[in-house]
Amino acid sequence: MKNVYDIVIIGGGPAGLAAAVAAYDNGVKDILVLERETRLGGILNQCIHNGFGLTRFKESLTGPEYAARFVDEVQKRDIEVLTETTVLSLAKDKTVTAMNTTYGVFSVQAKAVVLAMGCRERSRGALNVAGSRPAGVYSAGTAQKYVNIKGYLPGKSVVILGSGDIGLIMARRMTLEGAKVYAVCEIMPYSSGLKRNIAQCLDDFNIPLYLNHTITKIEGDKRVTGVVVSKVDENKRPIAGTEMHFDCDTVLFSVGLIPENELTKEAGIIISPKTRGAVVDQNRETPMDGVFACGNVLQVHDLVDYVSEESELAGKCAANYVLNGNGERDEVNVINGKNIGYVVPQRLNKTVGGMVKLFFRVTNTFRDCSIRVKCGDKVLLERKKKIAVPGEMETLLLTEQKLAMVDSDLEVELTEN
Amino acid sequence: MKKTLTCIECPIGCTIEVELQDGNVISVQGNGCPRGRLYAENEVVCPKRVVTSTVRAKSGEMIPVKTDAPVKKSEIFAVMEKINATTCELPVKIGDVLVEHISDDANLIAAGNA
Repeated sequence: MKNVYDIVIIGGGPAGLAAAVAAYDNGVKDILVLERETRLGGILNQCIHNGFGLTRFKESLTGPEYAARFVDEVQKRDIEVLTETTVLSLAKDKTVTAMNTTYGVFSVQAKAVVLAMGCRERSRGALNVAGSRPAGVYSAGTAQKYVNIKGYLPGKSVVILGSGDIGLIMARRMTLEGAKVYAVCEIMPYSSGLKRNIAQCLDDFNIPLYLNHTITKIEGDKRVTGVVVSKVDENKRPIAGTEMHFDCDTVLFSVGLIPENELTKEAGIIISPKTRGAVVDQNRETPMDGVFACGNVLQVHDLVDYVSEESELAGKCAANYVLNGNGERDEVNVINGKNIGYVVPQRLNKTVGGMVKLFFRVTNTFRDCSIRVKCGDKVLLERKKKIAVPGEMETLLLTEQKLAMVDSDLEVELTEN
Repeated sequence: MKKTLTCIECPIGCTIEVELQDGNVISVQGNGCPRGRLYAENEVVCPKRVVTSTVRAKSGEMIPVKTDAPVKKSEIFAVMEKINATTCELPVKIGDVLVEHISDDANLIAAGNA
């Protein structure tokens, strides 16, 4: 290990690995990847189900198989990796302070930093479900780690709150390992999970999905003994008289993911309240010169394939920053307008050439709608859609010609036809 | 008879309508690609799934595994029983066959390096 690197990448999951390879291939060979776990690959290591890589590799891979392809690419190159190393802070001068059992607490100076810390699950505490605090309550991802990495089944009879993909995947996984999954409850009128996961994880095993329902009580003293599930009204308030009771020993929460941005915040980088990730331009560069962010630490993606794509962009741009520095910044904002939850990037640097792909999510389910990108009164781009749902990230591509027309803030909006 | 399916071939999840007459597929609609047509044609006759799980190595590590082809849906739990009775020695590489013919249709292979 040295004291100075061209690029330090924080996180060795799919985002960090793709960024490292892309940075290397774009001319910067002096790279250090810092990973908290014992091996590279991040959360993919516990995602043993298949379906990864269809976009990128045109085949259906398991999580560990997808990770292995990128780990192989990193190992083919002369990229330095430190595992079991936790990053403690990122300073404004791009000094990264970290800790491991070999070097103790140490600092490395970087010319550019790529933030690739991923996300974590929203915890039960954020939800205020009534009841004591018995054993048997897990986040879906924790249960996934128990089953797939440690080889323990954390319970035999299960109710799942939240229909995110991890919850759906774990409904099937626990069922395959012999547990009985009684219900998946979703407070929203739609599932945030992929349709194919509803089909192959719930329908295949006759596991009911209760939309507009939530857990209103967890019963049990030492161990969970049951839950009460209630229907909710349009304001998500439980409706009296709709209670259903399930005997179960385990409750899994799959209630959303939060980008893990403690380091980013401490470094003073502006966080978007919409994405909970850093504010970035189209190069995935944060307002702090030479600090880039990509993958789920920037915005929670639906597919790892898109994490890889975004991270390659960030890695390439980080390399370009090291080699050429930043030009002038001439930025406009990209605003999420009517019916749009967020847009990434939040800023557009007009001095950067090339096309720009905008990533965004709609706020509700819309049918027969139009999504458009406006610049003042000008409509730069318009696309009609039969259906748009919050669970699926939308993209629009702005060509160089369109970008040349940008003279003020951009706004993405959706209107129903 | 019409059957409505959700395609599981890719994340788009097309809603596919299959029309059957005397057990034969006479039309497939709503699929966005040829894979979807194939999925729908098979799904109404003999649904199959790739099974993914883990095998505990003799040294204790959990090794991700999968069937190298889809197995009949009705055989998934029988396959799971065989998977849970399996163990292996390390090292294993992606693609190593751990159980030949775990079902009529498939072998069990390692889906992670360890």
